Formats: sequence, structure tokens, C-alpha cells
Amino acid sequence: MSAYRDKDPLIHGIQSKIRVVPNFPKPGIMFQDITTLLLDPKAFKDTIDLFVERYKGKNISVVAGIEARGFIFGPPIALEIGAKFVPLRKPKKLPGKVISEEYILEYGKDCLEMHVGAVEPGERALVVDDLIATGGTLCAAMQLLERVGAEVVECACVIELPDLKGRERLNGKPLYVLVESR
Amino acid sequence: MMHRALIFSSLNPIYSQLSTTKASPDSAVFPKRDGAWIGPPPVFRLQNYKRTLLPPLCVASDSVANQPKMASQDEQDPRISKISSAIRVIPNFPKPGIMFQDITTLLLDTKAFRDTIDLFVERYGGKDISVVAGIEARGFIFGPPIALAIGAKFVPMRKPNKLPGEVISEEYSLEYGTDKMEMHVGAVQAGERALIIDDLIATGGTLCAAIKLLERIGAHVVECACVIELPELKGRERLGDKPLFVLVSST
Repeated sequence: MSAYRDKDPLIHGIQSKIRVVPNFPKPGIMFQDITTLLLDPKAFKDTIDLFVERYKGKNISVVAGIEARGFIFGPPIALEIGAKFVPLRKPKKLPGKVISEEYILEYGKDCLEMHVGAVEPGERALVVDDLIATGGTLCAAMQLLERVGAEVVECACVIELPDLKGRERLNGKPLYVLVESR
Repeated sequence: MMHRALIFSSLNPIYSQLSTTKASPDSAVFPKRDGAWIGPPPVFRLQNYKRTLLPPLCVASDSVANQPKMASQDEQDPRISKISSAIRVIPNFPKPGIMFQDITTLLLDTKAFRDTIDLFVERYGGKDISVVAGIEARGFIFGPPIALAIGAKFVPMRKPNKLPGEVISEEYSLEYGTDKMEMHVGAVQAGERALIIDDLIATGGTLCAAIKLLERIGAHVVECACVIELPELKGRERLGDKPLFVLVSST
């Protein structure tokens, strides 16, 4: 589900702070820039509060954030709901023993890594990123968590690009977003 | 291998000692939710810490009479020891000879992570700071919670070609070669008071680049704040007149 459909009055404020930058990183792409949202302390706080309201008291012990913009939204949510924060990173960034999950890009492949031992079997986890496009990265993140026996309760993003059908790629896992951008 | 470091405060000598165990450096070690460790403790652990209660932040309006006495500043905050022991040291990463300070284990300890943020928020709240700049990527983990708590905006400082839109760039030296840091044009206004956050200061090169970016657009960098300092690399000196505040000093 998305908060957008609930017409929450805060959502309009959040959406108006997201800047669209045309032709980045390449021609034809309309890049959804959340940095302008971060410049508005009230809108940034509202963003976090909407997620915290949804996830507090639901026995979620892990918030996994996808490098790098998931690192901006994940920790404030984790701190407020009393969960640990687990960074999911590009290859060779995490220093200890890791497990890796490969995923497909438009051209080629990439890889997401998580520290061994960061998450225990049976833990209830959220996956957080700024945006869901095709869903490839979120899928890889869910795989990592499920491989260590965690339960992915939901994926949470600020923005969804519904035309790219990322929601369908999540194998039935619920997705919660604040803003849809067509 | 034993490493011993001496850290002095003006009134109380504080000794730092790294403990050794026979644990393999490859052991994955993470705190359980109740605070106990899974598996053997890491190979090196910092035992005692540099005093962290530095003189409170000066604001332009403070008179000299309002400055607290030095004597109140030599007690170590009781939260520091848990924060320090939650940091994992990984030998020989990313290359042989480097003892990597891994903060990801701190993030798994909900109380220690909360305390880390609180210590910064206590220092910077109510000091008219409107910008928290965080250095990619681990500065993105600590910066936003601080910014949210003190009512400041968060400004990401990024590697090249990551920020969409118009940027200004600052080049800085690495051990071999150079790198570049970028900030969005218009994110920060002249005259704004800014903090710079990163997880760790080593040589200070990255922090210096961040200071330059903010000063180039006319902001006032009030302080640099890191969880960890590696004092032997003399990063503090490289910051020149810019104050540095850290929670943990690791040698």
C-alpha cells in the first residue's frame, strides 16, 4: 500500500520537497532527488515519523538500509522503533565476513553484501531505501535477509516509480511507499 | 601482540590498553539483543578512552563568564565505555597492516547507537546549528539522526557523479592519488552554522575537503564530529583551527 492513496496531508508536503532532475544519470531518466527533502527539517522529520508510526510496536528488530540513500532513512527509523540498523553494501565495503547476493542491472550485474552474524534467524526485518524502481536491489536485499533466516516484514521506500513494476518483483512481499511518481 | 597507548587529560591520567585474545580475526562477532557477545570477543579491544567532555561549544554570544570550569570536564561520560566496546576492530582490512575500526557492530547495539547519537545531540542542540553535513557513506548513518534531533538540515557530501544537479567539487589527496568530494549548489547558504559528521577521522583529508566545500560557499564550520579518532595519524592537526570532537580515541 502507499500513504499516497490515503491522501495524508503530510504527504503533499513531502512530495513537494522532492526535486526531479531530468536526464540524470543519463538521457531520458527523470531522477528523483531526495536531497532537497533533507534540507527541510520538518518534511524530513515527517517522512521518518510516517514510517515510525507504521512500524513501532510491531516487534521489528532489524532495519536493513541499502547503500547509500537507505543509510539516510534507515537509522532514524531504527533508532525510533528500537531496532538495530544493518547496512547492506556494495561489494568490498564491509570489513568482516559477508554473504553476497548478485542481482541483474539494465546492463550487467551488481552485488549486495551483508555482514555474517548481523541478523539472527527468526528476526523480523524491514528493508529501507529511498526509492523503488525495478525492484532488483530490494529483491537482493530480501534474499540476503531470508538466507539467514530472518522474516522480511515489509519493504519501505519514500518513492515508488510504479511504471517500472518493482512492486511485482518483490515476490509477494508487502511494499509501503509514501509517494508515487509517474 | 600487545599495544599500549597512554592518553592524558589535564588532571587525570587515563591509560588505554588493547586486550588480546586468541580469537581468530575472521570470527564474526556481534552483540546479542541482551548485550552479550556471540562468539569470542574480537582480537583487539579498546579498554579506556580519552576524556570526551571537552569545553562546551562556544557560540558567538557566550561571554567568558559563561565558560564552565575545566574541573567539571574530566569525568568520562559513562556511556562511552559501552560505545567503545561495541566497535569491532578488523585487522588487515582493506589491506595488510590496517586495523579497521568497524562501527557496524555499534549499530547492532540499540542502546549504544542511541547513546552515540545522544552524546552528539547533547553537545550541539540549541547552539543555532542549521546544517549537519555528512560524509558518504558512514557519515550518512550518524548525521541524519543528529540533524533531525537538533532541527538542522542534512547535507550529504558525496563521491563524484552521485549527486544529481549542480555541484561544487573539492579535490583532496589520498595516500596514492586524489579523490573528489561534492556538495549540491544551493544546499547551504552563506552564514549558516554547520557541523561535519563522519564515523572516523584518520589523516583528516576527507574532513578538510568537507570544511573547504562549506567555507567556499560562506558557511561557518562550527566543529567536526566523529565517533572515532586515530590520533597517531594526526588528523586533528590537519584541521587547523577547526575544532574536532570525538567520542573514542583509538591507538
